[in-house]
Amino acid sequence: MTSAMQSPEITEEVRTKEALDLPWQVVVHNDPVNLMSYVTMVFQRVFGYPKEKAEKHMLEVHRDGRSILWSGVRERAELFVQQLHGYLLLATIERTN
Amino acid sequence: MEVVRNNGTLEISEIDPFLAELLRQIPESANPEAVPAAEQRLYSAPAGPNEKELCAEWKIYVEPELRRLFQSATETVASDLAQLAEKEKPFANGTLRIPQEHSDAWLNALNQARLAIAAKYDFSDAELCDYYRSPIGSRRDLSLFQVNFYGFLQEFILREMDCERFPASNG
Repeated sequence: MTSAMQSPEITEEVRTKEALDLPWQVVVHNDPVNLMSYVTMVFQRVFGYPKEKAEKHMLEVHRDGRSILWSGVRERAELFVQQLHGYLLLATIERTN
Repeated sequence: MEVVRNNGTLEISEIDPFLAELLRQIPESANPEAVPAAEQRLYSAPAGPNEKELCAEWKIYVEPELRRLFQSATETVASDLAQLAEKEKPFANGTLRIPQEHSDAWLNALNQARLAIAAKYDFSDAELCDYYRSPIGSRRDLSLFQVNFYGFLQEFILREMDCERFPASNG
């Protein structure tokens, strides 16, 4: 009985660890109110991107409705999304397919 | 209205009473209370509906931080706006000086106000690009003018802030 009870606990732990290890991505969504120059500045500040790269992502958001700004571990992605929300950008964290 | 940089301060002079009133309305306009659409926009979800746990934790731990950040920005702006009340003649044009270290707070508060107003009136993309619409018509037209006027100020502040000096953060 002890053994039978331990087994599902281990399975659960493995699943959780796998979920945490999956790469996550930071996605910024289009917003007709935020200024293009403001969005570019935010990308420079939050991700440390050079202006050209920040503008490329800003235009992608504007043209395609969304842009993946970063991908990696969940904690870091959450921190980036928090910073982006601090600048009032529409940003979400998503699991990488 | 004239905007110049003067010894590390953004100086906006010749502000007529109408524009001064619009500036005074920044903190109030940034307040999303009683407007669910504005509240939803300022505190948008950090993930899709499938990430229930993440969204629930965000509400508890992150949203209060964001509220403090936004409130701090509007308080800074409100304190700067007190200058507009210090006029000898009530209908004279005013001058507003924004210290450079308050630039971030202004950008944030102006953005809060623009987003909250736009959400409240549900402006279309076409309306938001209609820069020449007269503010004299309806409350909606005035609010659209307000959004564009605040956007103009944001553009000016951004231009004055040297993007190259922004430190590369934790990217």
